[in-house]
Amino acid sequence: MPALAIERWSKRTGGAPDACPEQSRRAPVVLTVEGPHGPIIHAATSAAAERGARPGTRLTDARALDPALVAVPADPAGDEALMQRLAKWASRWSPLVEADGADGLRLDISGVAHLFGGEEGLANDVRTRFAAMGLSARVAIAPTAAAAWALARYPAATLDPLPVAALRLDEGTVRTLERLGLKTVGALLNMPRVALARRFRDAENVIDKLDRMLGRKPEPLTTAPDKPMPRAALRMAEPATHAEAPVQALERLIPGLVRQLQERHLGARQLSLIGYRVDGSIAEASVATTIPSRDPAHLQRLLADKAAALDPEFGFDAFALEAGWTEPLDAAQDSLVEEPPGSGEVAQLIDRLTVKLGPRRVQKPQPMQSHFPERASGWKSAVSSSRAAQRRGDPELDCGAPLAMTARPQRLLDRPEAIDVIYATPEGLPRRFMWRRATHDIARVEGPERIAPEWWRQQSSARLRDYYRVEDTAGRRYWIYREGLVGDGRGGVPAWFIHGLFG
Amino acid sequence: MVAGGAVFERSGPAEIRSGSNLGGDWALPAYPAPTLCEIFAERPRDGGWAGFLLRQYDPARPVLWVQQRMAILESGRIHPPGLPPTPFIHVEARDARDALWAMEEGLRCAALSCVIGEIWGDPQALDFTASRRLAVAAERSGVPCWLVRLGGQATLSGARMRWRIASAPSLSHPFDPRASGAPAWHAELFRARGSPPGQWVIAHESSAFHLVAGTGDRTLEQTHRRRA
Repeated sequence: MPALAIERWSKRTGGAPDACPEQSRRAPVVLTVEGPHGPIIHAATSAAAERGARPGTRLTDARALDPALVAVPADPAGDEALMQRLAKWASRWSPLVEADGADGLRLDISGVAHLFGGEEGLANDVRTRFAAMGLSARVAIAPTAAAAWALARYPAATLDPLPVAALRLDEGTVRTLERLGLKTVGALLNMPRVALARRFRDAENVIDKLDRMLGRKPEPLTTAPDKPMPRAALRMAEPATHAEAPVQALERLIPGLVRQLQERHLGARQLSLIGYRVDGSIAEASVATTIPSRDPAHLQRLLADKAAALDPEFGFDAFALEAGWTEPLDAAQDSLVEEPPGSGEVAQLIDRLTVKLGPRRVQKPQPMQSHFPERASGWKSAVSSSRAAQRRGDPELDCGAPLAMTARPQRLLDRPEAIDVIYATPEGLPRRFMWRRATHDIARVEGPERIAPEWWRQQSSARLRDYYRVEDTAGRRYWIYREGLVGDGRGGVPAWFIHGLFG
Repeated sequence: MVAGGAVFERSGPAEIRSGSNLGGDWALPAYPAPTLCEIFAERPRDGGWAGFLLRQYDPARPVLWVQQRMAILESGRIHPPGLPPTPFIHVEARDARDALWAMEEGLRCAALSCVIGEIWGDPQALDFTASRRLAVAAERSGVPCWLVRLGGQATLSGARMRWRIASAPSLSHPFDPRASGAPAWHAELFRARGSPPGQWVIAHESSAFHLVAGTGDRTLEQTHRRRA
């Protein structure tokens, strides 16, 4: 994409010509970035290019040629974001896509081209789709990534007449080669390898670049996943703009994906429905499951709500359903020996709850090795505990039967609340406390149960807690504690808190 | 899941049944099939109802416990170390509508032991239709459902049994006269299909609900202790 930056700029401003009338289509506009010695031209419109503005020259030099140049600051971060979005969108043609530098996309089309009527058809499709978006694209298909890079940027039919700059060498090396009279790739190929290897070493490795272009050295896409994920795709003849389109597409895609999962003995843990919009953006809805699943009805139910919320905007023209995270799942079996019957049903329930309410609101207890009540009873998202984790053995703590005197309350306040306590002596038993404006006369009390601060976790100024189980005159039972002791050197008068309710 | 035990009619005079009845033939009134029961906490910051409820489900199977956010703020989040070792699934619902939806979703899963939902106050979402839906869902799947109302008014409801629970002074501690012993509750069944309403003071020891004498009634308590 040779003119991405300038095209993005003209698309952005083209919608509101009144805002900048002087910067109309024919105005010589240049986008500039800040260089060490003033602004440097980053990209130029065709009108500006005719007047001598070239990317890479300084703005002042270009203004010397034509003072009418209009300079606009460039937005390289925005351009890069657009490139990343385009790279995602380009996965409509092939699953292996990579943004290549600031102005290119690389697609691995091995085994894909026949879907679009051969390589020529694919190239045409790419060209028309980008043209429809108002982006000019130069497309080249070649057996190696380096050759495709060169052919897309330099007009040539074969490699020989390409300039040496097409080898992606740095500027100094290119200059050296040109001084030596080696101006084309063909000329370079005629040189003996040994001579080239001796003259250019390490950083300016010409041999290496040549090998990459000729396919003697592999140059894989860096984003290539080692195993393609299970994926089902659906292409539409006409862009679908009605709201039910994603749900209908989901219904059509699920059987295909489930078949793939079945063949590979996998179950999906994470599933996403991707809608490709006409204007080059994508919309994605994804869900996660508690245990690997390939039950079509269940998967559909999980995704249906989120799929319905996808906004078609100008219309979807393709959909893909991907299982981004899978786990091995053997042939379905209703009850496994080591698992209680119905655990699958419970996992499906957790999935449904999590999809609607969010993973942080559907939780399972996770006991921790700690004396502190709030830390001992941790919670973790219910959906995160996979079957694999259960097999490894969660850190389930077998505390045995709790002692009566260390009984824990059935309800714990998220944060202990300060209470006013009347006591006989500072170290003695509490007599009466006031919590949330209600006074509780303590009829019975048991304690204290002393819990010392965990010095390996907490600061040295943390105070110990003396917990009391108290019962007021009405029989309501609470768990209160006094933080600190008189004269422990870690603060003033000990404060009282309420922490739990007994049932 | 209601254990047998003995009963003391608090509302009646000192009409105490004979010792032979104690622990023998009495059971908490219960609906014959799993259904929706409503529990009103007489005071919202009294956790007593939880103790009453906890003895009434099978702890081996998972329990879905839905708490409305307001209920967590007001009376605390459930604390597994203080509860029977049960595989809990805890849901923190933003509002009553989410809580009711989660409960109904849970009732469709027959593998659960029960569904417990705590609703704060009298939300609009909880009307007769909503409670009736829960009752029908519970009866269809055979999963008992406990709708716990904290600080709410008892208006029209589709629940088959409606309890009002408050803590009662606990039994005396066997070793420490100053400490509280086994918990006890005032339980009032104020509306039930198929069984007459009544009021009881009940307590739990080991595996059964037991008759409790009013505090200070030594004779009954001694009878009870001999049997336990």
